[in-house]
Amino acid sequence: MSHQEVKFYQTGTFTVGNRLLDPEQRSVQSTEERTNALNSGHRACQGCGEALGARYAMDAAMAATNGQIVIANATGCLEVFSTPYPETAWQVPWVHSLFGNAAAVGAGLAAAMRVKGKSDVRVIAQGGDGSTADIGFGPLSGMFERNDDVLFICYDNQGYMNTGVQRSSATLPAARTSTTAAVGKRPGHQLGMGKFVPEIAMAHHIPYVATATVADLRDIEAKVTTAMSLRGARYIHILVPCPLGWGSASHDTVRLARMAKESGLFPVFEARDGEVTDSLKIRHQVPVEEFLKPQKRFAHLFGKQRDEEAIGFLQARAERNIRKYHLLEA
Amino acid sequence: MEKPFAITLDPGTSLSNHTGSWRTERPVYVHRLPPCNNGCPAGEDIQGWLFHAESGDYEKAWHKLTENNPFPAIVGRVCYHPCESACNRGQIDEAVSIHAVERFLGDEAIKKNWAFPLPVQKSGKRVLIVGAGPSGLTAAYHLACLGHDVEIHEAGPMAGGMLRFGIPQYRLPRDILDAEVKRILDMGVTLHLNRKVENALTAMQEGGFDAVFLAIGAHIAKRAYIPAGAAAHVLNAVNVLHDLETGEKPLLGRRVVVYGGGNSAIDVARTAKRLGADEAVIVYRRTRDAMPAHPSEVHEAEAEGVLIRWLTTITQAEEGELTIEKMCMDDDGSLQPTGEFETLQADSLVLALGQDVDLGLLEHVPGIEIEGGVVKVGENMMTGCEGVFAGGDMVPSERTVTVGIGHGKLAARNIHAWLNGETWVHPPRPAIATLDRINRWYYSEAPKVVQPELDAVRRMNGFEEVVQGLNADNALFEARRCLSCGNCFECDNCYGVCPDNAVKKLGPGKGFEFDYDFCKGCGICVAECPCGAIDMVPEDI
Ligand SMILES: Cc1cc2nc3c(=O)[nH]c(=O)nc-3n(C[C@H](O)[C@H](O)[C@H](O)COP(=O)(O)OP(=O)(O)OC[C@H]3O[C@@H](n4cnc5c(N)ncnc54)[C@H](O)[C@@H]3O)c2cc1C
Ligand SMILES: Cc1ncc(C[n+]2csc(CCOP(=O)(O)OP(=O)(O)O)c2C)c(N)n1
Ligand code: SF4
Ligand code: SF4
Ligand code: SF4
Ligand SMILES: [Mg+2]
Repeated sequence: MSHQEVKFYQTGTFTVGNRLLDPEQRSVQSTEERTNALNSGHRACQGCGEALGARYAMDAAMAATNGQIVIANATGCLEVFSTPYPETAWQVPWVHSLFGNAAAVGAGLAAAMRVKGKSDVRVIAQGGDGSTADIGFGPLSGMFERNDDVLFICYDNQGYMNTGVQRSSATLPAARTSTTAAVGKRPGHQLGMGKFVPEIAMAHHIPYVATATVADLRDIEAKVTTAMSLRGARYIHILVPCPLGWGSASHDTVRLARMAKESGLFPVFEARDGEVTDSLKIRHQVPVEEFLKPQKRFAHLFGKQRDEEAIGFLQARAERNIRKYHLLEA
Repeated sequence: MEKPFAITLDPGTSLSNHTGSWRTERPVYVHRLPPCNNGCPAGEDIQGWLFHAESGDYEKAWHKLTENNPFPAIVGRVCYHPCESACNRGQIDEAVSIHAVERFLGDEAIKKNWAFPLPVQKSGKRVLIVGAGPSGLTAAYHLACLGHDVEIHEAGPMAGGMLRFGIPQYRLPRDILDAEVKRILDMGVTLHLNRKVENALTAMQEGGFDAVFLAIGAHIAKRAYIPAGAAAHVLNAVNVLHDLETGEKPLLGRRVVVYGGGNSAIDVARTAKRLGADEAVIVYRRTRDAMPAHPSEVHEAEAEGVLIRWLTTITQAEEGELTIEKMCMDDDGSLQPTGEFETLQADSLVLALGQDVDLGLLEHVPGIEIEGGVVKVGENMMTGCEGVFAGGDMVPSERTVTVGIGHGKLAARNIHAWLNGETWVHPPRPAIATLDRINRWYYSEAPKVVQPELDAVRRMNGFEEVVQGLNADNALFEARRCLSCGNCFECDNCYGVCPDNAVKKLGPGKGFEFDYDFCKGCGICVAECPCGAIDMVPEDI
């Protein structure tokens, strides 16, 4: 477990705060002093999981480094909705260059800090799943391989959302996107394509790899804090539902992330030096259907005839994750 | 200003972009009525006092509780807690043990000598209360809080009504009763014992009172016609329990049969066991399901060895022996005699068939309406006679302690208004905080704390209290099982989960506020509020 779970304070550490907890046990998000690194007025859609995940992670990083961070951001929703020139929603030093080079820019910033002797200023590079898993994958692998002192955060909304919901290599099988139409013999995205970057990151044997979802703030905060306590290349992959791309209700963002984790479809774990060290256990297991059904991108699976093949494929993936990451054991 | 190459504008902030204009619905904080509060006959704000108990501030919790009910130590023991039947947590694992925490607070208050605040201003009005049972004492408490001079006239030698002369000590120790009564008298309420009121109106006029509240209970034992031989030993429950309290040990014998199915029947049977009877049998006409006695008491009685004969009537009583007949129930639920008779050995037969009200004091009072042996009152608890109010067992009611307490409070509010030439109106009731509004994910799994019980052997040795209380630790745990249905408990979820940073935190105890300049109306805060304290309402566009 990444953070100390308070067994019984009515809501324990499941909620953001809790007036009954000791102040030391409260989350960064629950305090009035949080940075609000991504401030109000940004142009993300209603209920955007990426905006939420970014504030959770950046506020935690700010708290962990005494406010000494600089961010390199890839092109994508997070960049576009936060910074329409000349406005910005960022309350932290922040730089944007290209879609594919956030990891390289981050590595450069880290080198600059080293040269200037500013060891206290920490570098974070971040982007969407498209920039991470696809176009920016080469620079990312290079940053890992060189063990550059950068934390890379991927906000995974399972598609190229900013340009109109094209599929990425992180898009779930069977999902409908604008490039994987829900027509034909195998409607939606192919079964058996795609990649899971956290496992590839682990193959680089970097000091720290972790996954998280916006449904568990405490877990994100603990993982970002851990990452900031380490040096070298680190990677955190956060699942962030996208109401627009997923065709889900804006109020379901957190719930869907929770269902992804509780079904096992998205494993939440931590790894050190290439080895899994811990995983967040499933609390109330649900079938993958509970995650799929509220999303229009999977509506074709539940039409007149249920697409048992696709549902079964995804359920099998969830079960494999449960076995592989020990998601059900105490 | 000098700008770098190719830069023409200063960096601006996104705060100039008021995304609130996107909204079609807005979140608003609400207070819903928790089902427990709705179920409490005394109108306690249970969620409200549990909130303070959760933080360990028992004194504040007690003050919040006693705003509505001055008897937490008593009702924590004897109330049938309909609040718990209504509690939302009951549908998740087990209801919050509200009565156990209530009792703990009441006992703490006695231990620590907490007192009621005295009224700031005296009204100069005088109110007479007839009867020092729970209903009359509660009215006295609330009227005293409102600044009125209160005088209680009580026929009996001690205060408490059926709390003392009905409910046995093993369920309500008398030091507890005395302490909670004394606290009310300490507010300056005058109590005259052994002062039976013969005529309500003259008592009010002669004493120069501005209003009167009658709460005389129901004390005349009901009878059933049972042919009995001259030597048959037939008693009634009210007298047996009353005698016990005044120190006369009732002679019941070794084999005691109790006739009836209410709580008095159970109490008499359990009392008989404690007085040394080898056998205590309750004979009841109907089935277990139909029994008006509370299941928990039936269970405790059975654990103590009390036997119950269901679907049985008594047809004849003779010395040492009763004739009983088996009954059967028709499909429509009506009872039919079967003609199957049996004899039952019995040294005494105690009738526990309910009580009637002694209405003598109203005989010469104009305007009073009586229906089914009880006095009719309006919504404001006033009888047909101006200035004469009534409540508790003597008016149409379920006849429980807490209903009586609720009547006392309601009467006090109405008397207060009436004395000022006004009418009291109930503040609008918010909608119920239903379970479907609870986001269960956020609550930890936590089974309820079981109150320890005295073991059966020690129970039979006397009138020691059977059900024990909680201690400070497990009372805190139990209080914290409350979901805080429909009322913000400051978990910070809304403040955290808003992707637009549109919730302002106002500081401990002050809650939160929406920043409608930026709230886009996504509804995440509503969905993720654990207790359902936020509503989504359409914008008028
Ligand atoms: C054996 C038994 C067990 C019970 N157990 C429970 C229980 O566990 N839980 C529960 O909720 N309820 C229980 N009840 C019911 C409960 O006790 C009554 O509903 C409650 O006490 C009614 O309160 P009251 O103030 O209306 O009347 P009472 O408690 O009956 O008080 C009326 C008072 O008025 C006095 N009085 C009467 N006439 C006059 C007069 N003319 N002048 C002056 N004073 C007068 C009486 O002496 C008495 O003190 C039980 C009842 C009995 C009999
Ligand atoms: C080299 C290049 N190709 C294409 C684009 C257009 N483009 C901008 S953002 C984006 C998709 C971003 O997807 P992702 O990284 O997953 O971020 P999201 O918007 O989903 O958060 C694309 C294709 C670009 N800016 N640069
Ligand atoms: S498209 Fe998706 S990721 Fe982009 S702003 Fe909207 S909700 Fe957020
Ligand atoms: S959980 Fe708490 S507020 Fe809700 S019904 Fe039960 S006691 Fe009342
Ligand atoms: S989460 Fe934020 S934006 Fe969404 S409805 Fe609540 S206050 Fe408004
Ligand atoms: Mg994406």
